Amino acid sequence: MDFSLTREQEMIKRLAGQFAQEVLEPVAADVDIDHTFPVDNFKKMADIGFTGIGVPKEYGGSGGGALEEVLAVSEFAKKCMSSAAILSIHLIAPHAIYKFGNEEQKQKFLPRLTKGGSLGAFALTEPNAGSDAGAAKTTAILDPGTNEYVLNGTKCFISGGSRADILLIFALTQPEKGLKGMSAIIVEKGTPGFSIGKVESKMGLSGSETAELIFEDCRVPVSNLLGKEGQGFKIAMQALDGARIGTGAQGVGVAEGALELSVKYTKERVQFGKPIGALQGIQWYIADMATKTEAAKALVYFAAYLKDADKPHTTEAAMCKLNAAENARFVTNLALQIHGGYGYMKDYPLERMYRDAKITEIYEGTSEIHKVVIARAVMK
Amino acid sequence: MRIYVCVKQVPDTSGKVAVNPDGTLNRGSMSTIINPDDMIAIEQALKLKDELGCGVTAITMGPPQAEKMLREILAMGADDGVLISSREFGGSDTFATSQIIAAAITHLGISDEDIIFCGRQAIDGDTAQVGPQIAEKLNIPQVTYAATIKKEDKKLAIKRMLEDGYMMVEVKTPCLITCVKEDNILPRYMTINGIMECYKKPLTVLDFEALKEEPLIDIDTIGLKGSPTNIFKSFTPPQKGVGIMLEGDGKEAVAQLTSKLEKLHVI
Repeated sequence: MDFSLTREQEMIKRLAGQFAQEVLEPVAADVDIDHTFPVDNFKKMADIGFTGIGVPKEYGGSGGGALEEVLAVSEFAKKCMSSAAILSIHLIAPHAIYKFGNEEQKQKFLPRLTKGGSLGAFALTEPNAGSDAGAAKTTAILDPGTNEYVLNGTKCFISGGSRADILLIFALTQPEKGLKGMSAIIVEKGTPGFSIGKVESKMGLSGSETAELIFEDCRVPVSNLLGKEGQGFKIAMQALDGARIGTGAQGVGVAEGALELSVKYTKERVQFGKPIGALQGIQWYIADMATKTEAAKALVYFAAYLKDADKPHTTEAAMCKLNAAENARFVTNLALQIHGGYGYMKDYPLERMYRDAKITEIYEGTSEIHKVVIARAVMK
Repeated sequence: MRIYVCVKQVPDTSGKVAVNPDGTLNRGSMSTIINPDDMIAIEQALKLKDELGCGVTAITMGPPQAEKMLREILAMGADDGVLISSREFGGSDTFATSQIIAAAITHLGISDEDIIFCGRQAIDGDTAQVGPQIAEKLNIPQVTYAATIKKEDKKLAIKRMLEDGYMMVEVKTPCLITCVKEDNILPRYMTINGIMECYKKPLTVLDFEALKEEPLIDIDTIGLKGSPTNIFKSFTPPQKGVGIMLEGDGKEAVAQLTSKLEKLHVI
C-alpha cells in the first residue's frame, strides 16, 4: 500500500493551489456578494487544462483521472468553493460524454468542453423529482418525421445552468416505462425552445449560478442521444458516482481552508495575555478538525483510487461524500466559532465558507439518500 | 534557432529565512522557488517560442534536486532541460558559475540565431553578474535589463528598463539578454498537459566528465578553488531611523528644517 502521490499529481496539486491563491481567492468574496459566475476565471481554468481533467488528450483533454480531479477541486475549495463547484460540476458532462458517447459525439463536444472554454451542465432534478429522480416528468418524444427529439418540461436547481453551453438533460423518451424510459440527451445553449427560467438566490455557493431550465417543444437531433434510449438513469447514476467524489473533494478542500485560517488565527489572536491557541479548549477544537479532515481526505482519495482502477466504487463514493460533507459543516462551524465575532463578519471568509459548506450535504444527493445507498450495499 | 534560458533555484524568502552561524544561508532548511527574475526570462523565451516556433532549453547548475525545477519549466512549455551538476562545480561563485555555464552552452552548441535568456539577478545573492559574465566568456553581445524583446530577422529590438527611463537598442544574434519584470509580463502557469508530459521530455545531466574537455573548464577556474569571491562577513544592515515629514508650504517647511538642523548643530 502506497499513500504517496505521483510526481505529476504533486505538481497538479501545487499548480491548483497556486492558481487558487493567485486567481480564485482575490475574487472569492466578490463572486459571493455579487452572485456572479466568474466567467474570466473559468476561461483561465480551461487555458491551463483543469476543465479537461479525466478526458484523454486526443479529445482536447488533459488526461489524468478522478484523483487529479480531486486534487484540483480540493485546492480550489480551500480558497473559493464556488470555483471548486464550478469545475467539479462542469466535469460531469465531458466525463459522461467520454464514457457513453459515440465517436462522433466525442469529436463534436469534447474539445469544446475540455480546452474550448465551453461550460457543461448536468440536469436531472425537477421541481417534484429531487431525491426521487424517478418522478421526473420532462419528456423527449421522438418525431420520426424529422428524426428529432421534442423536449418538454422543466428542470430546476441546475448548477451553472444559466451559463452552460452544453447540457446533459435527462428526459423520458418512453414515459410509460418510467425510469426505464429515461434517456440522456445533449442540448446546446441557444437551441430554439430551450430557455432559462429563474436564476436562484441561494444561501451560499453564489458564484455558481443555479437556474431553472425550461423546454417547450425544444427540438434536438436524434444524434444527440447519449448512449441508448432507456439508458438515462444508469448514465445519471454512474455520473453521480463520479460527481460525489468531486463533492467529497469540495468538502475536504473547504475544511482544509477553514482549518488553515483557524490555525493562523489561534496563533495571532491574543486574549487574556496569550494567543488563544495556548488554550486547551481551542487546541482540542483544532485537533478534532484536523483529524476528521484527514480521515475525510483519505476516504475521498480511496474512492478516487477505486474509480481510477476501474473497480466498483458506488458505495465508497457515497461514503466519502457523506463523510466529507458532514465534516465540512463541522469544521467550518468550529472555524467560525474560533474566529468569534470576526468570523461572523463578511470582512472575513469564514461566514462564506460556512454557508458554502452546507451545500455539500444537499447536492449530488442529500446525506440521507447517501445513507440509503450505503445501507443498501452494506446490508445486502 | 534555439533559446537557452538560464535559471536558478533560490530559497523562498517569502517564508522563513534561516541563516547559519557563519552568516551564510541555511539552504537545506528553506523551501525553494524558481528565481522570480528567471521566471520572467522563461516567459519571454516561451513568448518567442509561441511566435516563432523555436526550441527552448532550460539550463541550471545545481544539486540533483534542481531537476524538479527544470521539470516545472518543461511543464510550462520548454522543450528540454540541462542540469549541470557535479561535485567539482560545488562552491562556485559568479565567476566560476558563469565559466561552467558558458562551457556547457559551448558544449551544447550555439548558432547564429540563438539567444540566451537570463533573469536580471537572483534574490539570494543579488549580484546580477552571472548573465553578463556568460556573455563575456562566450564572446557574444549582451543586453541587460530587457523589458520587451522583438525578433526582427537576425537581430532583436529590445526595450531596456533603466532607473530614469527606457532605452531602445538593437542587437545581433547570437546574444545574451537579462530580463526584468515589466508590469504586463506575467509568467504563465504550468498546464495540466504540460505536467503530464514533463517527465517524458529530454533532460540531460552534464557533469565534470562531460565538460572537462571544454577550453573554459579548468580545475583552477571552477568550484570553490576557482572562485575569487570570499565572503568575510555577512550581516543584517541596521534599520534606518524613521523619517520625519515636514508639513506646510515650502517656506514653513524650510524654516522647520533649518530649526531642526540648528538644534543638531549641523548648521
